Amino acid sequence: MMKAIEQEISQDRRRFIKKVLGGSIAGSLLLVIPAGAMDFDKIPEQIPGMRKQDGPFIEGKKFAFIVDITRCIGCGSCCVADKNEYNVPDGNYRTWVERYIIDDHDNVFVDSPNGGLDGYQEPRQDLPYPVRDTFFVPKLCNMCEHPSCVQVCPVGATFQTRDGFVLIDYERCVGCGYCVQACPYSVRFIHPETRTADKCTWCYHRVRKGLLPACVNVCPVQARKFGDLNDHESEVYKILHQPHVISVLKPDMGNKPSLHYVGLRREVV
Amino acid sequence: MSPEHGAAVTTALTNYVFPNDLHVHWSLMIVLYPYITGIVAGAFIVSSLYHVFHIQSLKPVSRYALVFALAFLAFATAPLLNHLGHPERAMNMMLTPSPTSAMAGFGYIYSAYAIVLILEILFIYRPTLVALKQQARGGMKLLYTILTMGSDNVSKEALEIDHKITAFLAGIGIPMACTLHGYVGFIFGGVKANPMWATPLMPVIFLLSASVSGIAGIILSYVIIREKQGKPLDMNCIRTLIKFLWGCFILDFVFEMLELFSHAYMATHHWEALRDLYWGPLFWTFWVAQVGIFSVIPFIALGILSLVKLSDKTVKIWGSVISAMILIQVLLMRWNVVIGGQLMSKSERGHAVFHPGFFTKEGIVPSIIIMILPIVFLYLLSKVFPFWLEDDPTVGRQSA
Repeated sequence: MMKAIEQEISQDRRRFIKKVLGGSIAGSLLLVIPAGAMDFDKIPEQIPGMRKQDGPFIEGKKFAFIVDITRCIGCGSCCVADKNEYNVPDGNYRTWVERYIIDDHDNVFVDSPNGGLDGYQEPRQDLPYPVRDTFFVPKLCNMCEHPSCVQVCPVGATFQTRDGFVLIDYERCVGCGYCVQACPYSVRFIHPETRTADKCTWCYHRVRKGLLPACVNVCPVQARKFGDLNDHESEVYKILHQPHVISVLKPDMGNKPSLHYVGLRREVV
Repeated sequence: MSPEHGAAVTTALTNYVFPNDLHVHWSLMIVLYPYITGIVAGAFIVSSLYHVFHIQSLKPVSRYALVFALAFLAFATAPLLNHLGHPERAMNMMLTPSPTSAMAGFGYIYSAYAIVLILEILFIYRPTLVALKQQARGGMKLLYTILTMGSDNVSKEALEIDHKITAFLAGIGIPMACTLHGYVGFIFGGVKANPMWATPLMPVIFLLSASVSGIAGIILSYVIIREKQGKPLDMNCIRTLIKFLWGCFILDFVFEMLELFSHAYMATHHWEALRDLYWGPLFWTFWVAQVGIFSVIPFIALGILSLVKLSDKTVKIWGSVISAMILIQVLLMRWNVVIGGQLMSKSERGHAVFHPGFFTKEGIVPSIIIMILPIVFLYLLSKVFPFWLEDDPTVGRQSA
């Protein structure tokens, strides 16, 4: 009886090992053999009309980014998505999430450990008075209409596209860091590997393919919104054309950001 | 943090620094860059005081100041190239400049100024170079042939033309030297995102500190080189230089303090962050070193040296010591502006810290090397261009 069972097991084992080996070889082959270019047409278009664009510039669109700070829960998903999308080096941030805490003495406490990449899982313990209010503020490139970075770049490596994006030509950038100094929002950094300036692009490469920016795509509470203001059916158009508490960061800098905040508080810098 | 309810919303600092502001991207190299260009501009001004404004007592250093300026000018771009992420693309600044960039003009302004300075030196030294060419052999003869631009004509008429050219070059050289360094100040003063830099006073302060560092550099090096060569010092020249140093330093120091005082007096929302910066991370380098030791002491000492009748030995020793202190003051000022400005986060809620590395690419050792290079080059230049009139084989034939 025991022998029969042992035989059964050893047969099973053999079959099991065969299956596992077969599976892992097949799986490894899938990893090794290039899958070919991604067929974007199979992914539903997230920004209507983008797939029809075939010129060098996006025509007839005016993009806006809206962050709704009344929705953000500080989970850090956007930061993780961003880091994955761009392989952002540690200690540098294309986007980050700040935690604001206001106590009942009106003291403001802000922090953003690791740029909020790990999410805010624990409440702050070092506060002297009871908390009156708290909220999260995601930060990213403001895509200014009058960008300081474009103004100061000595070689035109940072430029503004006709469709309103502020982008960097990594082949031209000399890495002088003047744009890093000039950006009022500190969204820029010098990439330690490429030694050029780098920053959030609102996922221009995804937008060109009709996809939403990676951070917008993953936000579980739709605190980040992206869309075309010329499309009157878009959510961003509706938000910016309805009564809301909407503002931009540092408006007195005169940069006219295209990044808008719903529910922005005066404490936010 | 004020306990008063309602009053503290904008004043409460939590030392929150934007995550990207933890990096100080403009490090020691960008401290040295305005320092070196300032010395160049200041030394040129010393030379022009004689060549253009005919202050006769400065004649002994009038040629030396030009060569001194050239030695530093030759290395003004060294810290920049070491700083750039892609120095191989540096020429793009001149080939494909962006007209709106405050930085894009540097290549042009620097080059134009370099051309004027080199031509000025070649024309002022031309009769000397012609005479030296006749004495020289081999490689040196070839070098002098190139430097004299192939012309051995030292007739009275030719020298008169030379003189007109040098007067013209010195004349346009002054506004160019001022433009060069005022412009360097504007590179910082035009950054609106940084409340410490964004002041119209920045070019003025940079220009004044440039004059100060140039004059101090000339005094110190003149005394050291002449003493080393065992040659007598022209005390009248040193005394005049000290007076100019005092005058420029009065303006420089007063404007530096006025700039800070204006910020403090107006006390806009920026002042919270600025005050925390000056009394926090910059306390030692600004208040103690730049202001306390290296400004107040030279300020008083220069007044005494200028107004009180003192022995030549006292003037020589203290003039040199104070000049060295002034050179340190200007370096500290560059540090406090360049590094200090970056320590203040644009969150206006806190500041970062910065400690330069020792052997890192932009660290202390490369900085020391970059500051030694102009001195080595100055030594090499002394083998070609005699600094002093008494070493000039043609002295007496022409009037410097």
